[in-house]
Amino acid sequence: MARAIVNAPAQAKRGEIIEIKTLAAHAMETGFRRTQLGELIPRDIIRRFTCSYNGVEVYRVDLHPAVAANPLIAFTTTATETGTLSFQWVGDNGYSVTEIAPIRVE
Amino acid sequence: MGVRSRLAPAVACILLGLAAAAEIPPGERRSGYEFMSRETRAIQDDDAGNPGMLWVLDGEALWNRKAGSTSRACADCHGDARTSMKGVAARYPAFDAATRRPVNLEQRVNLCRTARQKAQPLAFESKELLALAAYVARQSRGLPINIAIDARSKPFLDAGSETFHRRQGQLNLACAQCHDDHWSGKLAGSPITQAHPTGYPLYRLEWQGLGSLERRLRGCLTGVRAESYPYGAPELVDLELYLRWRANGMKIETPAVRP
Amino acid sequence: MTTRREFLVLAAASLAAPTAAKAQLDPNLAAKRKAAYEEALGKVVGGARVRAGRVKLQLPPLIDNGNSVPLSVAVESPMTAADHVKAIHVFTQRNPLPDVVSVHLGPRAGRAGISTRVRLADTQTVVAIAELSDGTFWSDSAEVVVTLSACLEEGLI
Repeated sequence: MARAIVNAPAQAKRGEIIEIKTLAAHAMETGFRRTQLGELIPRDIIRRFTCSYNGVEVYRVDLHPAVAANPLIAFTTTATETGTLSFQWVGDNGYSVTEIAPIRVE
Repeated sequence: MGVRSRLAPAVACILLGLAAAAEIPPGERRSGYEFMSRETRAIQDDDAGNPGMLWVLDGEALWNRKAGSTSRACADCHGDARTSMKGVAARYPAFDAATRRPVNLEQRVNLCRTARQKAQPLAFESKELLALAAYVARQSRGLPINIAIDARSKPFLDAGSETFHRRQGQLNLACAQCHDDHWSGKLAGSPITQAHPTGYPLYRLEWQGLGSLERRLRGCLTGVRAESYPYGAPELVDLELYLRWRANGMKIETPAVRP
Repeated sequence: MTTRREFLVLAAASLAAPTAAKAQLDPNLAAKRKAAYEEALGKVVGGARVRAGRVKLQLPPLIDNGNSVPLSVAVESPMTAADHVKAIHVFTQRNPLPDVVSVHLGPRAGRAGISTRVRLADTQTVVAIAELSDGTFWSDSAEVVVTLSACLEEGLI
């Protein structure tokens, strides 16, 4: 099942600033909602998003319950070399998703 | 003209005004898209950021997954959905000869699953059923809604129309009163749309998830404090048929995004 | 639809759970949340001065639904090793919690920024703070009118 969608260019010129859009499937349960019987639904969110470029972290986001469900994170990075962009989402209850996108840099 | 004869048409107008809702002229029909803010429209417009696409991708995976005692995937009979399903969702709800009544897209998927794949039907509003419906309907995106009514489906269309125009619930409101007569007005700060189901299943910010037209209709019925019909109820499908027919010619937007 | 039996269960449960009701009736809520915001801001900037400028926080002034509000931050910076944005923090003043996101980045980002979607519980001010490599802090804020709040709606329909 689709856990995340990543949109990143497959190729770029060296030094070009590329735009990356990511979308993760996650309810981002805030911990403030209640059931019909008044019980609190426990917090269950993505805590951290990391983008690594050939193993080096280039962008990291700490998320809190104020981030909307099915979070979009769009950002930029510099195309430095050919290789692999790796995206990881880590959260409560053992949630962990990794997506990779190869990139060719001329 | 005497006073009495001037009064008569006025009285007639008052009496009729309570009963008849003016249908929206075809030239004035607008999708719910046009009632949203620029920012919410932008969410729908960009596939890379539209959360509904998560369900569409899930649907694509399910389309190719073998199921049931026949161990057949949708793809085994229907091939590539991009070609075989193009225009299909535009015709739904459609008349089903076997059950002798119109069925919506979700019901059609389940009819296929049980009869052809010999698999368990998927629960209404389950992630899987929504994903398949979203995937199939996505293949009709940009195409005009195309509901064809014939002698067999006419009685169901009329039943749906009757539901749309009938006052219901403790608030005693008819769908037509808001959606034909007062669209572009506001209800508690939110714009009242014309209620054209062009983008279902859609991602609703209120739900923080993707949902079906039936879920929306059940919400509306609860909103006027009427007893909601269960998913798949004939009353709901007839109403869906009427709403889609009323929106004939309007472009499909699935997976739409709405507040 | 709630059956009569479900209604009785709900009524009994609501009598048995007074703590839930207390949290919703706090008359000092706004002040407490503002204080929480100040504290969260303090944790990030310490005693340093926060200057307005260089940061551009974009939010729609009036939003359809507080559950998903598009937000973007862009910070003017050459993004070189010597002069770049190290972190971007976004805070709210009236949400149950003040923190929204914290971005950690460096020169490789090319441009300092983030676009995402956030939940807003009330009409309020949202604040974005940029922490630069030279240790200075810059900020921008935006006012948003929220008619349908996040965090409070059960979304059960």
